[in-house]
Amino acid sequence: MVPIHAYLMLAMILFGIGAFGVLVSRNVIVMFMSVELMLNAANLVLIAFSRALGVVDGHVFVFLVLAVAAAEAAVGLAMIITIYRNRETINIDRYNLLKW
Amino acid sequence: MLEMILITAVKVFMVLSAVLTACAYSTYLERKVVAHMQHRVGPLYAGPYGLLQPLADAVKLAFKEDLVPDNVERVTYALAPVASFVPAILIFAVVPFSNGFTWFGYDIPGVISDLNIGVLYIFAMTSLGVYGIVLAGWSSPSKYSMMGAIRSSAQMISYEISYGLSIIGILIIGNTLSLTEIVAQQAAESWVFFGNWYIVKQPLGFLLYITCAIAETNRAPFDLPEAESELVGGYHTEYSSMRFSMFFIAEYAYMLGVAAVGATLFLGGWNGPFLPPVIWFLIKVFLFMFLYIWLRATFPRFRYDQLMQFGWKVLFPLAIANTMGTAVWVVLSGQ
Amino acid sequence: MTLDYAIFLISAAVAVFGATMMIMQRNPVASVLYLILSLVAQAVVYVQLGALFLGAILIVVYAGAILVLFLFVIMLLNLRSNPELSASLPPLGWFTKVAVPVLMVVELYFVVDRVIWPPVPTGIVGKNPDFGSVETVATMMFTDYMYPLQLTGVLLLVAVVGAVVIARRESAEPRKTTASPDNRNEQPIDTVAG
Repeated sequence: MVPIHAYLMLAMILFGIGAFGVLVSRNVIVMFMSVELMLNAANLVLIAFSRALGVVDGHVFVFLVLAVAAAEAAVGLAMIITIYRNRETINIDRYNLLKW
Repeated sequence: MLEMILITAVKVFMVLSAVLTACAYSTYLERKVVAHMQHRVGPLYAGPYGLLQPLADAVKLAFKEDLVPDNVERVTYALAPVASFVPAILIFAVVPFSNGFTWFGYDIPGVISDLNIGVLYIFAMTSLGVYGIVLAGWSSPSKYSMMGAIRSSAQMISYEISYGLSIIGILIIGNTLSLTEIVAQQAAESWVFFGNWYIVKQPLGFLLYITCAIAETNRAPFDLPEAESELVGGYHTEYSSMRFSMFFIAEYAYMLGVAAVGATLFLGGWNGPFLPPVIWFLIKVFLFMFLYIWLRATFPRFRYDQLMQFGWKVLFPLAIANTMGTAVWVVLSGQ
Repeated sequence: MTLDYAIFLISAAVAVFGATMMIMQRNPVASVLYLILSLVAQAVVYVQLGALFLGAILIVVYAGAILVLFLFVIMLLNLRSNPELSASLPPLGWFTKVAVPVLMVVELYFVVDRVIWPPVPTGIVGKNPDFGSVETVATMMFTDYMYPLQLTGVLLLVAVVGAVVIARRESAEPRKTTASPDNRNEQPIDTVAG
């Protein structure tokens, strides 16, 4: 028996690390991965409460979140490639000009 | 509890040693079969009929100098052989090799772990197989490695989709993801012992599975990632000695894994008359391996754009058509 | 301390370790690998919570597809480790960059602390072995959640089309009509290999 707080704490820490990564990192790709990590932290909460309540609705949500994450990664990476062609860098600080 | 752990440990050890031995002798089989198809005789001098050749190869590779080129990314360079080896071996954890037996009063199931998501587990492991290749190519300071790795990651991502879809037909008919149950469904009902095998119900799925499996394991005619004639050795160009042999073993373990899964899903697993189940299983795996080698000796290599066109424009639509057709058939026949 | 709790603590520690190392790395490939480590540990937690299907899907979708895509892009752009990109804090704005996540975690902690809930039954074998199996999740997904599922399908389709449109190189030379698709793919590889 693991208290549900343990799972929530884990999700909270992972979410915090993800948020920290998004804000601090200058590497666009690491930022993207941090966003994925935050999504997964939310998934963990859904699954933990699913188990606590004994219903699988949360699992369906997690499945949909995974699908959306995949879509997000595909579009995001396409954007990174396009920006890299123009800027020749993945440093987020250099992406300050929204024209070319 | 303790007995269960002990039994599982023994079983893991047995399967692991069997797989590694089979890997070693697959190389012998390949050399011998290809040689005879080309009117040569193949390895002959180490032992009778060259049967000790794998051992000689292993000793030779082990005693070679382990060269690490300059400018490699050290950690990933060391990690890559392991990363390609481990997922290949892990596939065998869910493959049922027998119907179970009784030893010293314990009923032992003929599978290490009967996961009820066995098929998904296999997908997970095969999809992890790409990392070893990508990391090897990335960390080696060589353009041949890099090209091999990029080719291979694109190829494996593309063919994995068709690979997954080719099995969906079985899941629709069989209503389960457990490999043990899938094997049980294929048990003989009459004297036609192969009547219930899924190859009969899913011939197109079987063909798709074979094709995608060959592409997934980077074998000829889809061996673009390590095309010797254009890329030297592909992703493992810069590897030598034991690290190279790990890639080599990983490739054969992966082939054996895919062959074992194919035999389980389509050829009835350990089902068969007269002979003991384990023997039947081994015969089917051997047939798969022979097919692999046969195809290698027969077909020339694809060109890269042909490979991609074939994957996306032929295999993928066929796999979707197979899935749809099976679904419609199951609904209409009211099973 | 039960076995369940020990498993949870170990996998939680690995997940947090992987996540931390991911944002600390200069080398993007190392970041990807640490994220995989973290995700595998999270998959263990999923399985412990009875979500066997989602644990497998997490590995298949994330480790097998999304992160391979990340690695593929990193290789395509040839992003070696770059000191310019290390997570060292810029002089200006460091306070907000650290304070915001810290405040967020503190806030979340107070919320979590007030959750009153009995312990979660964990372990794969619970009261109901079917919980979280493919059948139960799929039944729910294709009946009660049919509409969101269909919408997700449309979203994925849009994302695929969008990704292709965005990433398409608008090169100076017009594409050949008989163009072999590798033409487009191979150009970045040349720059990489050089």
